[in-house]
Amino acid sequence: MNKIGIVIQREYTSRVRKKSFLILTFLVPILLIGLIFGTLFLSTFKDSKAKIIAVLDHTDKYFPFFENTEQCQFVRADQSFEEFRNKSDEGIYATVVITDNLLDNPSAITVYSRQQIPLDIQNQISRPLNEHLREEKLNSYDIADLRQIIDESRISVNMQTIKWDDSGKETVSYTEVATFVGLSFMMLIYTFILLYGSMVMQGVLEEKTNRIVEVIISSVKPFELMMGKIIGIGLVGLTQVFLWAILLGAMFVASLVFVSRGPAPDLSSISANVDINSIVKAQEMMSSINIIEILFYFIIFFIGGFLAYAAIFSAIGAMLNTQEDAQQYMAPVSLIIMFAIYAGIYSLQNPDGPLAFWTSIFPLTAPIVMMVRIPFGVPLWEKMLSLGLLFLTVVFLVKLSAKIYRVGILMHGKNPGLKELLKWIKY
Amino acid sequence: MVFLETRDVVKQYANHLALDKVSIQVPQGEIFGLLGPNGAGKTTLIRIINQITAPDSGSVLLNGEMLNAKDIYNIGYLPEERGLYKKMKVGEQAIYLARLKGLSKQEAIRRLKSWFEKFEIMAWWDKKLEELSKGMQQKVQFVITLIHDPELLIFDEPFSGFDPINAELLKNEILELKARGKTIIFSTHNMASVEEICDDIALVDKSRIVLSGSVADVRMRHKTNIFSVKIASQSNVSSGEDFEIIDTKEIQGQSILRIRKLREVSNSTLLTMLAAHNEIISFEEEIPSMNDIFISTVSKTTKSHE
Repeated sequence: MNKIGIVIQREYTSRVRKKSFLILTFLVPILLIGLIFGTLFLSTFKDSKAKIIAVLDHTDKYFPFFENTEQCQFVRADQSFEEFRNKSDEGIYATVVITDNLLDNPSAITVYSRQQIPLDIQNQISRPLNEHLREEKLNSYDIADLRQIIDESRISVNMQTIKWDDSGKETVSYTEVATFVGLSFMMLIYTFILLYGSMVMQGVLEEKTNRIVEVIISSVKPFELMMGKIIGIGLVGLTQVFLWAILLGAMFVASLVFVSRGPAPDLSSISANVDINSIVKAQEMMSSINIIEILFYFIIFFIGGFLAYAAIFSAIGAMLNTQEDAQQYMAPVSLIIMFAIYAGIYSLQNPDGPLAFWTSIFPLTAPIVMMVRIPFGVPLWEKMLSLGLLFLTVVFLVKLSAKIYRVGILMHGKNPGLKELLKWIKY
Repeated sequence: MVFLETRDVVKQYANHLALDKVSIQVPQGEIFGLLGPNGAGKTTLIRIINQITAPDSGSVLLNGEMLNAKDIYNIGYLPEERGLYKKMKVGEQAIYLARLKGLSKQEAIRRLKSWFEKFEIMAWWDKKLEELSKGMQQKVQFVITLIHDPELLIFDEPFSGFDPINAELLKNEILELKARGKTIIFSTHNMASVEEICDDIALVDKSRIVLSGSVADVRMRHKTNIFSVKIASQSNVSSGEDFEIIDTKEIQGQSILRIRKLREVSNSTLLTMLAAHNEIISFEEEIPSMNDIFISTVSKTTKSHE
């Protein structure tokens, strides 16, 4: 086995076997799923008991129009206003007092309570009244078929967005889906570059401060050691992505199976209708973006972006002497990555604007910004140009970093200045 | 036969000249002491031999041929600054480093096990390095240095960090390597150990070789023609044309004299002259220790530079 392979093997296995890797790999998808379903589950909890709301209606006209709901139960008041005011509670949550004909005097209604009333409850009180009053008002005009006319006049456009591809084939597009997918992949690529990039830096720094590096480079070339480390750690990152994809996919399938089995038999006709509709819709949404294409570019941009940043990080690691210096030297790199994130977010609003275009061509921001743009559709030549430049940059950065690395790992003491660095590069 | 040779090796760093036309010749099967004060350029020379850095000019020959990439399999290097992965298991990293030196995994395990048993560290195979004492870590590192059975071994301060018992163990191990025909470069500041185990030395100072040769030869060359003479009664010696008395001491009726030879006469003649009027108890030529030679040589070059 060649030496770079042996180095890759060590870098890979020593990290994959770490507890932190296993925890991160298996816990994150579970947490993610748990977070989504947990909130959904929690939100299905309603107040177990409906709140009792007394209606003190002096006009004696409106009580029948209140509708009991899961949360509110309306009762006719059997006490006077003063009694309600002075006697605390007894299960009465709030008291609605209507003093006048509401059509003539819309503000003749007041809700008294001992706690602040949530908006939701307020709506449940006012909505049925509003509907009834509107009806009453319309009837008072005494125009035939007025209701029908008004219903018919309520028009809102039902706009579909459809994308044409080069051959004129149509696909329904969903901006929300593209936005969500773009953002997700952007965050993923950003996290991985930063996480695994700084892992490379730490690995280099560890070998340097351990002094083991002198033993190793008496057996392998510094370049082989550096590349072995970068590739090994990159493979750890890819492994994690694949495991996440498999886990999330499995959980998705499992949840579909669970949902389709869920409903009781007598409801099956209704729920089947609903399910088919929503499944069709979901399928349509999924097919509105080309997930295979996105995954393909994700892997390629991930590899390119990781290699470029890992090269920079390994040079930084070789320059430094202590972990503490790392932050300071990483700052300029972090700045570029942060800029890429902002550019990516702004690109959501205008995926084909000049900012989006140029930052997805510039190699150091391209992996992040391009992931935002691809779900919206990017011309092939732009993707190719971006990738071409990215991989050229990778070659350049790897060569440059190798020069710094070679000298840096054997230098102890003072951190080098810019002038010294240039000497190392030329040397 | 010369096993390793450097010819006019020059290495310039950004701010200083690390090696200035350094030539050394290391005979096969011998222990070669590479001496010199800190910062003299020893480590740079060792790194060049290990192909960690390349010389600006000059050449290195191993076994009569120009040093090439394959030669790293034939060199074992124990750097002065020891280092291993602290969080990695001892056995695992030993296998890793052995494989980097070209051994197959099975072969690495087989050899490591026999070495670990010899050094009585087998129990630590599955322990993380950081759990080991410093002496134990040194043993692990020493084993790793010679696991690929190289023909040339380079030890940079091998005894530092060892207690006297383990230092003795290590010394015997080095002598055994020599007995098996291995060539050893030995860099140290410990001059007593140089006298004890080195055959040849080269002294590097201010980027140059200032002294080289066999240990015995070097010491003879640095003779100061001073003799220590013990006489049974009061001394009846006076300085003459052939020698002068530097110092006289009388202890319990015996005299101890230090005399310096002034002319080229044989030691026997000198002794005859002294014995003519005195009862000699002992007569010994003072041969300087490597320590004295080191100090006098280095301070000389320092002066000549100032």
